[in-house]
Amino acid sequence: MKLSDITIGQHFPGQSPVHLMDPRAKIVVTGAYIVMLFLAQNLLSLLVGAVFVLITYPASGIALRLILKSLKPVLPIIIFTGILNLFFVSGEPLWEFWRLSITAEGIRLAVHMCLRIVCLIAGSALLTYTTSPIALTDGLEALFSPLKKIKAPVHEIVMIMTITLRFIPTLIEETGKIMSAQKARGADLESGNILQRMRAMLPILIPLFVSAFRRAEELALAMESRCYHGGEGRTRLRVLAFSGVDVWAAVFTIAFVFAVVAINISGPALGIPGTLR
Amino acid sequence: MKLISCRNVSFHYPAQEGQTPGATVLDGINLEIGRGEFVAVLGHNGSGKSTFAKLLNAILIPTKGEVFVDGIDTQQQDKLLEVRRRVGMVFQNPDNQIVATVVEEDVAFALENLGLPTGEIRRRVDDALAAVEMTEYATHPPHRLSGGQKQRVAIAGIIAMRPDCIVLDEPTAMLDPRGRREVMLTLEALNKNHGVSVVLITHYMDEAARAERVVVMDAGKVLLDAPPGEVFSHTQLLTGAGLDVPQAAKLCYELRCAGVNLPGEIIDEDACVHALLQILK
Repeated sequence: MKLSDITIGQHFPGQSPVHLMDPRAKIVVTGAYIVMLFLAQNLLSLLVGAVFVLITYPASGIALRLILKSLKPVLPIIIFTGILNLFFVSGEPLWEFWRLSITAEGIRLAVHMCLRIVCLIAGSALLTYTTSPIALTDGLEALFSPLKKIKAPVHEIVMIMTITLRFIPTLIEETGKIMSAQKARGADLESGNILQRMRAMLPILIPLFVSAFRRAEELALAMESRCYHGGEGRTRLRVLAFSGVDVWAAVFTIAFVFAVVAINISGPALGIPGTLR
Repeated sequence: MKLISCRNVSFHYPAQEGQTPGATVLDGINLEIGRGEFVAVLGHNGSGKSTFAKLLNAILIPTKGEVFVDGIDTQQQDKLLEVRRRVGMVFQNPDNQIVATVVEEDVAFALENLGLPTGEIRRRVDDALAAVEMTEYATHPPHRLSGGQKQRVAIAGIIAMRPDCIVLDEPTAMLDPRGRREVMLTLEALNKNHGVSVVLITHYMDEAARAERVVVMDAGKVLLDAPPGEVFSHTQLLTGAGLDVPQAAKLCYELRCAGVNLPGEIIDEDACVHALLQILK
């Protein structure tokens, strides 16, 4: 992997209804979706949660195979969760081998847990796929601004996030340059065991840190020169505004939450086995 | 009243713990900068020119003497924003002065800090981007731009404040020749079309030659303060201050020393060729 390939919170610009949603609404809907997944107590209600993702991905023009891509890094966790639940749930054994046993409850729980993680990742990935980093930080600042009343440094934290996002590409580029410079001087970065390779990273990290501090100092001067004096009395170029799309999204989400709760409640009566409890 | 006036300004950095007080960086500077002027400040490394720049928008406060910006003493802490709104500052490294992840958001940064209404911010951002010819890049991420383009974005971020004066601390030092040309043309256009004063700190002689007025600094003092033609005729003085002289000016100086009758204010090649042709005829 090349250094320049690193992307954090990959964003695909677009004009779909999901893209056009207010970032605040998108964050709240994502939050509601996560709650919905944890509310689901049987497989059918969890499937309703999966349907939510299967509808919203096409609606935002994002290919469903991107779900697989976003699942790649958490695949070990999913497998681990699956195996753990498969073998270590007590109940009527269906199949026994040595000291391991598989139960119907175990299978249900394993499927439930894995599906929940998949939905969780897919749903939150959609937020970053359809929202630009700047809209995301704007949304977070707006949502958390009530906390300013209790003196929480909301503006400062969002400013730090923005500057971090801004400097990630710059610092990645610089790391590449320093690596080339050290290689040109004969530094060996690729061979040796883990300990040796970590030691070899030192001559890269130290210049990187020194330069980052210098950059920070210059940036602070530049910000002060542009009249920065904290979040007080600050206005914005872009003002967030809710629109019709957000209302529809709210209705859509609430409908799904209700469906999940309804299936949870009526599950035993319909003879659907609960997977939790 | 001049836009900026420095009265007997001296500056030394505060002493570090357990050390002798910092050496005097600026020593008794008296200088005025008028509205609409294009002033180049020349000096070799350590001549105090960058420190001088930082005094002009109250990043640093003089240890002795006063700096007035539009009649406001820069020592007044409560008028800090007033001073910085009038005198904008552009730094050397374009990467380290861009705050936002989108060009237009960065240009809006100062205006957001000043608390202007959204409609006004939009208007000024569009104007500023048009003035530096970067409108088509408004929604681009800044790290994808060239050095010259980034520096133009930084300039746009300053002129969006509608300052009376822009101070630039070696804005072209990290740029390739093309980026340097872009930035110089932008500055000249701003100065002519918008009447913004420009204080250009530089060590490039050819950039200084394009200014209306050149201030040469050496060891914290103003050595020369005159139009470029006159400044560059003081070849010996400049060489003594560790500075180069444009080639044409140097040639004319040598010829004058050898007894050729040439006017003393030739600084660019065209004028030099013209004068030599006159003599050879």
